[in-house]
Amino acid sequence: MEKDNQGVLWEVFIQVKAGRPFKHVGSLHAYDKEMAMQSARDLYTRRNEGNGIWLVKADDIVSSQSVDDEAFFDPSNDKVYRHPTFYKVPDGVKHI
Amino acid sequence: MENAKKLEAFQAKIDADIKIEPKDWMPEKYRRTLIRQISQHAHSEVIGMQPEGNWLTRAPSLRSKKILMAKIQDEAGHGLYLYCAAETLGIKREQFLEWLHEGKAKYSSVFNYPTLTWADIGAIGWLVDGAAIVNQVSLQGTSYGPYSRAMVKICMEESFHQRQGYEIMVTLANGTKEQKEMAQDALNRWWWPSIMMFGPHDADSAHSNQSLKWKIKRESNDELRQKFIDKTVEQGEHIGLSFPDPDLKWNKSSGHYEYGKINWNEFWNVVKGYGPGNKKRLAHHKDAHEEGSWVRQGAIAYAKKKRSIQKTA
Repeated sequence: MEKDNQGVLWEVFIQVKAGRPFKHVGSLHAYDKEMAMQSARDLYTRRNEGNGIWLVKADDIVSSQSVDDEAFFDPSNDKVYRHPTFYKVPDGVKHI
Repeated sequence: MENAKKLEAFQAKIDADIKIEPKDWMPEKYRRTLIRQISQHAHSEVIGMQPEGNWLTRAPSLRSKKILMAKIQDEAGHGLYLYCAAETLGIKREQFLEWLHEGKAKYSSVFNYPTLTWADIGAIGWLVDGAAIVNQVSLQGTSYGPYSRAMVKICMEESFHQRQGYEIMVTLANGTKEQKEMAQDALNRWWWPSIMMFGPHDADSAHSNQSLKWKIKRESNDELRQKFIDKTVEQGEHIGLSFPDPDLKWNKSSGHYEYGKINWNEFWNVVKGYGPGNKKRLAHHKDAHEEGSWVRQGAIAYAKKKRSIQKTA
């Protein structure tokens, strides 16, 4: 008999309501898309948690390295001019 | 040398309450402890469905049957969240089940006790789930990200479980003489196993210190047990039930209940597999897994066939 790991791993994203971003809520095992969708509904939306589900096979996700590898995000640290607080605005100027 | 440095950085993250994620470096012992603890937790959710399933067809009303089904479905879900959290540590689902079936992995001993009457379903929800909630609320703050997130979700869902159990106890306690006796009998049998769920006393707990230092656990066994007892005693007395512990009494100066000596011989006996239901629970899980094999094989074949149709189309 084939080694049975109960399907492959899928990551589940739920949209709480229209207009909101889809947020990661957890994972599940399933053999195909259809089964993954049914399991996601039964596992993650039993109490009106949302009205939209995205499913992605975990293998298909490209992710950054761990936070231990800090150098990867270095380029964002030395560019303070990307933040509005970097700029001086004369006293009394409003709505900017 | 390298490792000592990494260990120091790791502890600094823990001390700063930064969660550890699957790809982060972690000491091997941290990983092993989590694998053991999270899988044991997952197995407990799944095995815990059995004593409740025993009453599913005999629940006294359609209402109670629907509620019990929803609760059991939640437990299955909790098991699955936890297996997924444990898998992020590099162990496959199949392996966890193998370890369970070989007796290498444990589940909470409390599920080895039988559910003799309908009142036991009340006692399980009120006491066993009540104790589990105290533990799980604390574990929301665990240092391992996936485990912590699973706990947050489980705690949100778990809150109805304890109330449904207590409601059963309230109904029976306000019922006929026989019903009240049934509730009292269930409390008598489930009280000690429930407070044993928190594990050995701190002084005798093999894994506790390191787990607290790494914030895998946030409170000690005895602290959690005390919290549970302090919360629960009044709930029982409120409905006219008494606890099977002559030494149980309120200590005004400490602000806590004092309780009697726990029978650890019984605890270790059940942990080691000699409880009233160990063999049955494990055998039933194996059977269900093996008998369900054709469903999994069918699903694999179906998925394969669909993929090949897509390729040729």
